[in-house]
Amino acid sequence: MKTYILRRLLQMVPLLLGITFLSFLLMSLAPGDYLDTLRLNPQISAERIEEMKRQFGLDQPWYWRYFLWLKNAVCLNFGYSFQYKIPVWDLISARLFNTFIVALAAMVFAWTIAIPLGVIAAIKRGSFFDRLSGFFAFAAISIPEFFLALLALWFALVSGWFPVGGLYSVDYDFLSPLGKVADLAHHLVLPTLVLGIGGIASLMRLMRGNFLEVMRAEYVTTARAKGLDERRIYFKHVLRNAINPLVTLFGYSLAGLLSGAFLVENVMGLPGLGRLTVEAFFAKDVYLVMASVVMASVLLILGNLFADLMLAFVDPRIRYEK
Amino acid sequence: MKNESSVQTREVSPGRLAWGRFVSNRVAVVCLGFLVFLYVCAPLAPFIAPYGATVNNLEQSFHPPTPLHFADARGGFSLWPSVKGTTLTDRANTKYETVPGTVYPLKLFPRGDPYRLLGLIPCNRHLFGVEAPGRIFLLGSDQFGRDVFSRLVIGSQVSLTIGLVGILIVFPMALLVGGIAGYHSGWVDTGIMRVSEIIMSIPGLYLILSLRSSFPTSLSSTQVFLMITVIFSFIGWAGLCRVIRGMVLAEREKPYVLAARGLGQGHFRTILRHILPSTFGYCIVAATMSIPGYILGEAALSFLGLGIQDPDTSWGLMLAQAQSHRVLVSFWWILSPGFAIFAVVLAFNFLGDGLRDALDPKMKDNR
Amino acid sequence: MSEETILDVRNLRVSFWDRGVEVRAVDDISFTMKRGETLAVVGESGSGKSVTAMALTRLLPEPPARYQGGQILFRGRDTLSMAPAELRAIRGARISYIFQEPASSLNPVFKIRSQIAEVLRLHRPEIRDHRTEIIRLLDLVGIKDPALRLDDYPHQLSGGMQQRVMIAMALACQPDILVADEPTTALDVTIQAQILALLRDLKSRMGMGILLITHNFSIISGIAEKVAVMYRGKIVEFGPAAEVIRHPQHPYTKALIACIPKMGARQRRLQTIDHEAIA
Repeated sequence: MKTYILRRLLQMVPLLLGITFLSFLLMSLAPGDYLDTLRLNPQISAERIEEMKRQFGLDQPWYWRYFLWLKNAVCLNFGYSFQYKIPVWDLISARLFNTFIVALAAMVFAWTIAIPLGVIAAIKRGSFFDRLSGFFAFAAISIPEFFLALLALWFALVSGWFPVGGLYSVDYDFLSPLGKVADLAHHLVLPTLVLGIGGIASLMRLMRGNFLEVMRAEYVTTARAKGLDERRIYFKHVLRNAINPLVTLFGYSLAGLLSGAFLVENVMGLPGLGRLTVEAFFAKDVYLVMASVVMASVLLILGNLFADLMLAFVDPRIRYEK
Repeated sequence: MKNESSVQTREVSPGRLAWGRFVSNRVAVVCLGFLVFLYVCAPLAPFIAPYGATVNNLEQSFHPPTPLHFADARGGFSLWPSVKGTTLTDRANTKYETVPGTVYPLKLFPRGDPYRLLGLIPCNRHLFGVEAPGRIFLLGSDQFGRDVFSRLVIGSQVSLTIGLVGILIVFPMALLVGGIAGYHSGWVDTGIMRVSEIIMSIPGLYLILSLRSSFPTSLSSTQVFLMITVIFSFIGWAGLCRVIRGMVLAEREKPYVLAARGLGQGHFRTILRHILPSTFGYCIVAATMSIPGYILGEAALSFLGLGIQDPDTSWGLMLAQAQSHRVLVSFWWILSPGFAIFAVVLAFNFLGDGLRDALDPKMKDNR
Repeated sequence: MSEETILDVRNLRVSFWDRGVEVRAVDDISFTMKRGETLAVVGESGSGKSVTAMALTRLLPEPPARYQGGQILFRGRDTLSMAPAELRAIRGARISYIFQEPASSLNPVFKIRSQIAEVLRLHRPEIRDHRTEIIRLLDLVGIKDPALRLDDYPHQLSGGMQQRVMIAMALACQPDILVADEPTTALDVTIQAQILALLRDLKSRMGMGILLITHNFSIISGIAEKVAVMYRGKIVEFGPAAEVIRHPQHPYTKALIACIPKMGARQRRLQTIDHEAIA
């Protein structure tokens, strides 16, 4: 198992090289740079612009800049943000936590709702509940996430029950530890709902499909022939087998949520990685965008690795040894 | 003999069987009908819309939807619907009041804003409208006093075509590349798979953003449209290509393929005649299911201000106005493009589901 | 061997319904089994033999299956009219099953120890020391070093071993009837012989009856006392095994027996069954 993990981690190296190269190439193909807006400012002299250009290394060809960036990135130095004039890493780590909290909340919410619903729909296949939940699932995966976010925002504005945007109240720093948790939870309700609903729908359908498939397996007949009652058949023999394939989704969807929160963060004003990236993108803050892309990709790759390991953990048939 | 009925079985082609299964799914058929209707309407959009998409009138910013009245000028009942005239009474709070006695009956095929039908024929007739000073806003007006319904109808052209154009580019590409990769394992396969891995390892929206950055910020709408399809094709082929490769890989070792090879058939012909057709059912379903992705992607980009630009119209762009809290609370009709996206995506999802049941009966029991 | 009749199937009819279309799988069959007796039910795929086996304890999923009529009297009580709890007390304890594919009949995610323990916990709650009992059972079915196999998962065992585990599980409660549904079909020929020998041995040691479902006439000699030949949902021939094999009456039985390839016989083609001639 250790060699397997090591091999997978090593495989990440060329993958990350490819990802960074591709993103850097694309970013540098873009016409214009960060200094464009400054050039329009009559108070900044042309000499100053030239100086900044040298300072930011924007006078170098892109492949040379990529090389320099890579050299620094290996030492976890992702450069400085043009806009904020502080290391990119500091900016990202502050935002990453917020994105992670929201994604995790959405994920826990989705899983705790979706698994039982999927199982019930499978057991009561063809019933009114099954059809209703199926319709709900289709509707849920068809709503654009940013539209759902708009609707949630509308609800927050009209009802006044939930804070509009942001993750923390203004007086957050002055609250007691318990008060902080409560404040965060209050802010998290709507983003969790918005991000979780799509997940509930797809997970529920998958769970239902897997469950139905396993219900027809021969070992379920064996279990029945042993004299087990239906409850134990469903919740021991069927569930364990039906849930295994979903485990791979766990890592994947966490990473997916990290980047899926992108639009929702923008609409709901959450101070997360996605919003930071979009703003940096508009400002052509190249190193900040690069670092976000790398960050998100690393999370996705690690999420997949984690998922594969989880699967090996729950399914005795899978062993990664060679 | 008891099984007499089984003796009378007719030969039915797989296509007919699939069609029979599809038709028995009422929801999918309704969705297909709905989509066909939309696709018929889309090319005629400028005719169906009472106004042009870019015609603004700042005196009628955020005008609420005009209800249809069934009354004539004297207040008596009339079968023919009409709208009432309004004036802006409170500029600060955008309040409109009806002007008593002003009634504009609905007119069929009136002259209005000029446009080119199907992009060619100059024309100024519209399906419906009202006499000049009156205006009909079925879904209200936006910030610049443009008719939301007209913009919605004309904007449907973008959302409806983007998916079709996208799959027309992606599928042939993925079939070809995936087919080659699966059939000739070796360095070709390895290379293709590594590249697709890189593309798939960058979270979707970040990749879209990076790709978007390599195009100039301001483009004409046609250019934006082309750009979006290129971006989505660049992303979309990777995942599909891997699936097709997997299917080809599995199919390659099947006895009937080995038999074709054993009979001396060439590689290219074997791929084309024997292997790729087995992926046909999957491809149709996957294509239908992937269309919503294009629609949602375009909407998201335009929503962020990176896609179609004002004054042109697209559903995502129209929703961008709702980002202002004031607009969101006071002018609900600005959200209507969101419901349009929802309806179209839902229809495609149901259609795809119906197609999957029809083309892959093995799957049906699990759904 | 006692003369007590342990199983009495009378006019059993089972159908499958699919969207209003009835397919009769078992069409009015009757047979009896005495305690400790082995009955082989022989027939081709689709003849209804497996459905009969599953019907004994109502194992067929309903719907689509429907029990259209008849009785299945097990020790004088009709299993078709029993309450679910009563039925569960019989399944795995008094009538137990082994199936064709041992690989897919064992749950892949549980250790074999826990899969056997499940039966013990359910039907023999008086047993405290599961480990010893499971080792005894595994030893009984001829698994070497049973203590080392306890924590294995099914996929770590060979096909023959898996089937032995299935048998151990089926024998855990000393059943009156062991239903063996094509127990050797998925196995290699040498393993087939071993499993059949094991069944024969266990039968004489434990005095249980075996309902052996098979499509292969050649494996029943030496194990079955009686034979029922099924064809299209009906029993077309029923009698002592030796008698049926030596003097088959029904044309289908004759055809089936003719299909067995004989050693040394100079045949260029294997015999097939001509259904037109039988029907």
